[in-house]
Amino acid sequence: MAKKERPIKAAPTAKDYKGDVKPDWCRGCGDFGVLAALQNAYAKLEKGQHDHLTVSGIGCSSNLPGYINTYGMHTLHGRALPVATGAKFANHDLNVVVTGGDGDGYGIGGNHFLHTMRKNVDLLYIVMNNETYGLTVGQASPTTQLDEKTYSTPFGNIETPLNPVAMAIVGGATYVARAFSAEGKELAELMYEGMRHKGFAFIDVISPCVTWKGGSDEIFPYWKERVNTLEDHDTTDMAAALEQAIKTGHETQLGLFYHDTSRLSLDQMEPVLKDGPMVSQPIGVTPEQGAAILQSMM
Amino acid sequence: MAKFDFVLAIGGEPGQGIATVGKTFNQLCARNGFYTFSYSAYQSIIRGGHTFLTIRISSEPVANHGDEIDLIIALDKNSLEKHIPHVRPGGALVYNSDDAKKQPPERDDIQLCPIPYKEFSKEIEDSKLQRTCLNTCLLGAALQLVDADLNMLEEVIISALLKRKGQETVDANIGVANAGYEHAAKHFTQFDTKIEKQEKPLAFAQGNDLMAMGGAAAGVKFYAAYPMSPSTGVLRWMANNARDLNIMVRQCEDEISVINMVIGAAHAGVRAMCATSGGGFALMSEAIGSAAMMEIPIVVIDVQRGGPSTGLPTKTEQGDLWQILGASQGDFPKIVVAPTGLLDGFNTIPELFNLVDKYQCPGMVLSDLMIGEGYTTFDPEQIKWDQEIDRGELITGLGQTEGEYLRYQITDSGISPRAIPGTPGHMHVVATDDHTEDGGLISDEFTDPHKRRDIMEKRQRKMDGIVKELPPPTLEGPEDAEVTLIGWGSTHGVISEAAELLDGEGIKTNHIQFKWLYPMDEDAVNEVLEKTRYAIIVECNYTGQFARFLRGETGFKANGHIRKYDGEPFMPHHIVDGTRELLIGKSELYVPYQEIVV
Repeated sequence: MAKKERPIKAAPTAKDYKGDVKPDWCRGCGDFGVLAALQNAYAKLEKGQHDHLTVSGIGCSSNLPGYINTYGMHTLHGRALPVATGAKFANHDLNVVVTGGDGDGYGIGGNHFLHTMRKNVDLLYIVMNNETYGLTVGQASPTTQLDEKTYSTPFGNIETPLNPVAMAIVGGATYVARAFSAEGKELAELMYEGMRHKGFAFIDVISPCVTWKGGSDEIFPYWKERVNTLEDHDTTDMAAALEQAIKTGHETQLGLFYHDTSRLSLDQMEPVLKDGPMVSQPIGVTPEQGAAILQSMM
Repeated sequence: MAKFDFVLAIGGEPGQGIATVGKTFNQLCARNGFYTFSYSAYQSIIRGGHTFLTIRISSEPVANHGDEIDLIIALDKNSLEKHIPHVRPGGALVYNSDDAKKQPPERDDIQLCPIPYKEFSKEIEDSKLQRTCLNTCLLGAALQLVDADLNMLEEVIISALLKRKGQETVDANIGVANAGYEHAAKHFTQFDTKIEKQEKPLAFAQGNDLMAMGGAAAGVKFYAAYPMSPSTGVLRWMANNARDLNIMVRQCEDEISVINMVIGAAHAGVRAMCATSGGGFALMSEAIGSAAMMEIPIVVIDVQRGGPSTGLPTKTEQGDLWQILGASQGDFPKIVVAPTGLLDGFNTIPELFNLVDKYQCPGMVLSDLMIGEGYTTFDPEQIKWDQEIDRGELITGLGQTEGEYLRYQITDSGISPRAIPGTPGHMHVVATDDHTEDGGLISDEFTDPHKRRDIMEKRQRKMDGIVKELPPPTLEGPEDAEVTLIGWGSTHGVISEAAELLDGEGIKTNHIQFKWLYPMDEDAVNEVLEKTRYAIIVECNYTGQFARFLRGETGFKANGHIRKYDGEPFMPHHIVDGTRELLIGKSELYVPYQEIVV
């Protein structure tokens, strides 16, 4: 596909954030809502398009960087978070957003999820949680419900699903939210605030799969019945956040659960960044530094 | 000034401060201008077990730990009993006589030098300090035996301990060092070898330090690691110097994270590097291919240890060659290099970075425990900080591209100019799926076979450029030699000494050492190999990984093989004996016997 040359916009709109490639997601897929919300959130942030880096792993939802007009990386399955961390530390002026699915982030990439939260790396991580491995035709994922019959659990799933929101609250993330892809306005707002947050911002998005979880007229109503918007909730109270996060089924809560602005992000903690982004710093060893190093070896 | 070449070894339990003695002693040697090469045989435990440090000291540069041990310092009873057979005839054994309830096993061809340490240290009140001063006392005695000036040791004690431990510790150490020295003067006979201060002071470092320094000189701004012996020294150096040099150092949750962070940092525009050992490298495999696919330049160091699996964490081997060559699925451009010694490690890193930046591919370094954890002293002027840094075709601003920007533009060289994120007007997606010139996924276009072929050929064309840039190995020694010893990487020093020894015995021998392993220029290498008459490939593994690789690349079949896979590095005589044995013609393979067992 030939790439269209596009002018550099000082104030890009959501439309400017549309990529050259048309999404190949199934018609009605929840991920469309996430893509649109992200385009709106980027536009609202008022940065140059080239100042964003959208990083993903592998899976249906991880194709997203191809559908959005920013710098993008489509990395290995499960590895988006460390790649994004490296990029952020090389140039912390970039707005780095990580997108992916539940298999990618909570399954194969689970270890990275845990440690990127703990380190409070300044990223926005959006997980399009559809409770299945869609691209490999519908196996059980770490968030698949108990008893659910899938390609890999033909007699029903006997493993308890992960609660990623609860995990993020206790895991060290400093901005933790849950959203529903059908509620685009709220999702875009959570994304926008997540990008502005200094630290690890995490949004678990219920993004229904219309192919392996029933048709769109089945799975969307299923979730609409179950989601509730957080009310009268203190986002600075970790215990309260956890109490809301562990509600499931018809009590599933949406919104911002936890927001800690007191903790510095890892790049703010890192003294070697005091002179600006690594990518713009001088490189190599000066004669004085070199002499001092060798002196210490004598 | 008198020449000398002397091998000293220290045996004891881990926790008895042998590592400290090794470092202190290397520092002493550096300050006084002695060249050293040290090898420490140890086990993967913090307390208990046994450690045996061999330090060769010479007035000339040395690149292996020698054949015979002149003097052994035994810090515990176990070392005393274990290492008596390892002293060369005419050598000496210095030990704590309090340890030896009965007389050590008889050897009438060496000098036994018992030191009554309890008596010398009775005034040290702190019992822990009393224990840790033992090595200084015995070292004092050992220095007397080679007529070295005790001031050398005193100076190093002061500089190493005064700030860190205080005056009491310094006084205790100097006190027992003097006692040991004087006792030796009264009771023992000195060696003919005299070790005297040389004109020019030297510096000292481990091979891992030197590779890290090479990274800093190459402009590395991002270093990530997960601790793994024997590569952890690179992390230590980077972490210690990070703040002074403004290098970002990150310890990650696993090696998968390590290499992916390195890839992310490199993509965002900085030089990024990581080091690990074989097991960690195995975890990195998938990402190596992803760097090649996204065309992101990275450098990965594998400091090899004994495999397979967790294997021998503290022993050396050259057993990862096939892992490195075969790492990651599919075909892709890559560069593999094996530094030929500790100092070569410094130069290799900037050389490799210039290549990977130019060709936008992964570069892999095969070091090993022997040179990674080995110490050497060196002339500090050999370290050239001012390395040439060539970032290749990098787009960092507007106006560098005409018309639309294609990240993976099809070019004759295969090199497509690389724009880093943040650059206006050059937005693109890099993908681990195969892609077209503009980064669009081929699999999303019904896997277009023509586009796939074009992009595969574009990437692989880079190999044509790389292979021309890598210097082929040279023939060292007489061209008309009867025997050619062939090695790769870390074994340069030991093979080159073996070649000299064989020459001295009347077996005319030369030597070829491979540094740049992949890609290999078949014609250029064959031109060198054609000059050999009886070729022996020397390597530290069981299956002859390099021999098979060389045969695959060039069709060259060696006449004989010397292989060692017991965890301990070659000593020159292992190769000399092997060559003699192979020349008899009864076998094509010689596996040396490791005499010193730790």
